[in-house]
Amino acid sequence: MIYVFALFLLTLLVITAVAIVRTTNLFVAVMLTSIFSLLMAANFFILDAADVALTEAAVGAGVTTVIFLSALALAGDVEQPRLGSRLLPLGTVGVLAVLIIYATFDKPRLGDPDAPVHQHVAPWYLEKTPEYMDIPNVVTAVLSSFRGYDTLGEVFVVFAACIGVLFILGVRPPGPAAELPAEPSGLRHHLIPQVVGRLLVPFIVLFGLYVQFHGEYGPGGGFQAGAIIATGVILYALLEGEAEALRAVPRSVLLGLVVGGALLFGAVGVVCMLMGGAFLDYSVLAADPVFGQQMGIIVIEAGVGMAVCGALLSIFHAFAAREGRP
Amino acid sequence: MKLLDLLGYYNYWVFAVVLMVGLYAVISKNNLIKKLIGLSIFQSAVFLLYITMDKVEGGTAPIIQAGVENQIFSNPLPQVLILTAIVVGVSTLALGLAIVVRIREAYGTIEEHEILGAD
Repeated sequence: MIYVFALFLLTLLVITAVAIVRTTNLFVAVMLTSIFSLLMAANFFILDAADVALTEAAVGAGVTTVIFLSALALAGDVEQPRLGSRLLPLGTVGVLAVLIIYATFDKPRLGDPDAPVHQHVAPWYLEKTPEYMDIPNVVTAVLSSFRGYDTLGEVFVVFAACIGVLFILGVRPPGPAAELPAEPSGLRHHLIPQVVGRLLVPFIVLFGLYVQFHGEYGPGGGFQAGAIIATGVILYALLEGEAEALRAVPRSVLLGLVVGGALLFGAVGVVCMLMGGAFLDYSVLAADPVFGQQMGIIVIEAGVGMAVCGALLSIFHAFAAREGRP
Repeated sequence: MKLLDLLGYYNYWVFAVVLMVGLYAVISKNNLIKKLIGLSIFQSAVFLLYITMDKVEGGTAPIIQAGVENQIFSNPLPQVLILTAIVVGVSTLALGLAIVVRIREAYGTIEEHEILGAD
């Protein structure tokens, strides 16, 4: 039964993707992108990837849509119809699609336990996680301890992208400075979003904190929690206006979160070295290696959460601040 | 069992089609934001391919439950790779959009042929 549902979801995914590309109204395209992400998250969940589904739902359907919309507000949402012939791109894409589909017949079928991908290092991770870390969620264990280097790299990519956005959008645009609107923006004059949204914000942030600190036991962790908390604050900014959100969480705090989170992650690695272990080998952090691993995982997950939350919010504010100018 | 076989290939076909829909938007559309939307569809298709490979028949999400013996778990490794890739994806997408916004301010348009014409 669940597989029939999966077929249905996958078909919807293709229809949505085609609709996104066909529409010339970019606002519609962005809204469809949000639906696309939600369908993708449902598919991930059916394929046993609970952590990934949570991330895709929070990031893809939430944060990405808001960032796209703030870019549309600055760059216009009408796409001009295409002038030249469609034949060449359609032909190229068609030939490539046939080639890839031909190649898929060599893939192991879905769920094959003998597929090469399940023979390599993954069984070792599943076997050793209870022994080394003694935490239930193997995804968190692999993310933060076994493959901590990868995650450190990803956090620094997020950090670098955030700094890049701040530099690109922080430059004052040419022309005279605009008068800032006197009355606060936001949805203050819409009663229903105001009441419902205000009720939701604390629960979203609370859920984010739960996902952060429960990430070792259930689906969750720093990446998801950072995105969820950022969504909560963005919702507050949409309701009350950007200035009010910046009063609640000032820019300096956001920058501190980004830099502090990335530094915290790196610092744990250095502390491990100072205590006689390898970089990011948390076993040396405590007398009991298992407890040391758990401590390291909790601290670096906190660092990841801080960095992701701060980076996403800084990016949102960078776009939103640009809107007040000409 | 038979149905699962069919779905196995169907997942890969959906991957191929969605990947190509994204590529089509990137190579054929003139609007820069539309190109970025196409790029993120392309990226999502790759995520679907990885997560399709992590599924093990009869398996469950790789969260170990105490007291349950002989559980089959799906592969945690592709999940870890894609989980971080999604968050990195949104950051790099924002960087791309920031550049588009600056192009719009400098050229007054985000249509590629008009930008090339203005240069």
